[in-house]
Amino acid sequence: MLKRIRQRLPLSEHIVQWCLMCTAFLTVLLLIGIFLFLFLSSLRAFREITPSEFLLGNSWNPVSYHRASWGIGSLLQGTLLVSTTALLFAAPLGLFTAIYLSEIARPLVREILKPTIEMIAGIPSVVLGLLGLLFFAPLIAKTFHLSNGLNALTAGILVGIAALPTIASVCEDALSGVTRRYREASLALGATRWATIRRVVLPAAHHGIAAAIMLGLGRIIGETMIVLMVAGNSLAPPRSLFSPARPITATIAIEIKETIIGSTHWHSLFALGLILFLLTFLVNFVADFLIHRRTL
Amino acid sequence: MSMPSRFALLPLPLLLLTACNRGTSNTTNLTIKGSDTEVQLVSNLAKAFARHNTSAHLSVTGGGSATGIASLLNGEIDIANSSRPMSDAERAQASERGIDLQEFILARDGLSIILHPENPITTLSMQQLSDIYSGRATRWKDIGGSDAPIVLYGRQSTSGTFGFFRDTVVKDDYAQTMRNMEGNQAIVDAVRADANGIGYVGVGYVKDDQGNVRDGISAILISLKNSNPVSPLDREAVKRGDYPISRPIYQYLPAVPPRGSPAEAFLRFEASSDGQAIVEASGFYAITAEDVQRNSTLLAKIH
Repeated sequence: MLKRIRQRLPLSEHIVQWCLMCTAFLTVLLLIGIFLFLFLSSLRAFREITPSEFLLGNSWNPVSYHRASWGIGSLLQGTLLVSTTALLFAAPLGLFTAIYLSEIARPLVREILKPTIEMIAGIPSVVLGLLGLLFFAPLIAKTFHLSNGLNALTAGILVGIAALPTIASVCEDALSGVTRRYREASLALGATRWATIRRVVLPAAHHGIAAAIMLGLGRIIGETMIVLMVAGNSLAPPRSLFSPARPITATIAIEIKETIIGSTHWHSLFALGLILFLLTFLVNFVADFLIHRRTL
Repeated sequence: MSMPSRFALLPLPLLLLTACNRGTSNTTNLTIKGSDTEVQLVSNLAKAFARHNTSAHLSVTGGGSATGIASLLNGEIDIANSSRPMSDAERAQASERGIDLQEFILARDGLSIILHPENPITTLSMQQLSDIYSGRATRWKDIGGSDAPIVLYGRQSTSGTFGFFRDTVVKDDYAQTMRNMEGNQAIVDAVRADANGIGYVGVGYVKDDQGNVRDGISAILISLKNSNPVSPLDREAVKRGDYPISRPIYQYLPAVPPRGSPAEAFLRFEASSDGQAIVEASGFYAITAEDVQRNSTLLAKIH
């Protein structure tokens, strides 16, 4: 049946279909191109850097006074610490916001709140960074009696704020997608509204919720401007949330400005980019897998 | 990403390319980039210069000495500001690319060590500074202060001050715990708020208009072996070189500027007494007789 309809399509439809297909393939080609570019550019770094030092070393100092060191350990720890903090901040807040919007709020309130939350996604991260630098970091310093508020905690919370709308919005879609009948059946059996949310709606939507969190995590790992401005930028491996950290993204942004094109340092930054690419790719892959399972 | 926004990005590289071209080929424009220590000073000079030369358009940006030098080697700018001399590797790359590098000394700087005013320490030796910044001393108690941790503030590796301080004072790698700040002012602000902090900045960021130390920080005296401690605010000591971390700050050009070019006019203005008065008003020190000698060799080459 479907096939017969397609055969009768006018020419203009074919052209549109063909254009869309080309665009889709172009996107895939771009992705493959970026990956190959990163991969080939980073390969040259390993003429001078041993892969074991790169992956297992804990000291990153390409312009050392003595001998350059190329270990990504402390940078990776910075990325993981800031990302975990951001996720622990944004995931519960995003989920609770979504529950309120989907299950509790009146339609009018929802119609106002949801676009407002999505608008947070439109705040440029450099503005969040500026707010962090001027107001939030001093507040953190005062609250925890620190000498300086530029640390992994400050960066984590601000990056969490940047990812909050993604998580809240996609979570809300997942919860709204749960059929009304489940809720009606649950309420008919005498369950309270909270029990219905906890025992029926959340389990039914859990793949979508997990996907929302993974999408948010993808955003969190790649965030550069905020961590550059408020993470404190210290090369030592962070020892606690109150330590300054230097995630991979900030390192690339700082050091690419001073490298001579084609030098080992230049290539090593592409190797950092490749690590970042693989991390976000993995996260998005898992998110995609979860979304796919939800629709099955 | 939606389709329209992806296409919207396409013209961007083209725009950037044309922007770069305009910087080097058009004779009325002068693009200057580099040291964050110098950016305020050179902006002040450019503003005064533009008052007399209305046809010239100067753009001055920071980013760090290494950034400026990299841009000069990549052929993107007319003048690179640098708060350190160019390294041998950078000079080799310049000659490899056929660049006839020219060095101009703009001003003298006494790199200043700043502390929070509550910190009782007033003098440090070069050895103590090295111990502090390399991480061998981690508590103020280790050098005769209170029992509190030392919080290190320094610059990013793009900075000429980062390289100068490491090579002349620390003579070792910086402690990994040092916080890499974006610029001089960021260090001043951080130390102002941190009773345990220590930072290094150009003297232009320490002095106010009257030649006193600005509010909220203290600038310490530095002693060499067997010598009296010297303050970076002592103009004559800095110019004589008695202050142990005084330094010339530079501008680099990719060639001898042609006669009548805006680059030549700007260099002559900077070297003039008007220009050097602006250097002093911006908190730095005027160049020495020896520097004047070296600059005039460059200016004499202009035909």
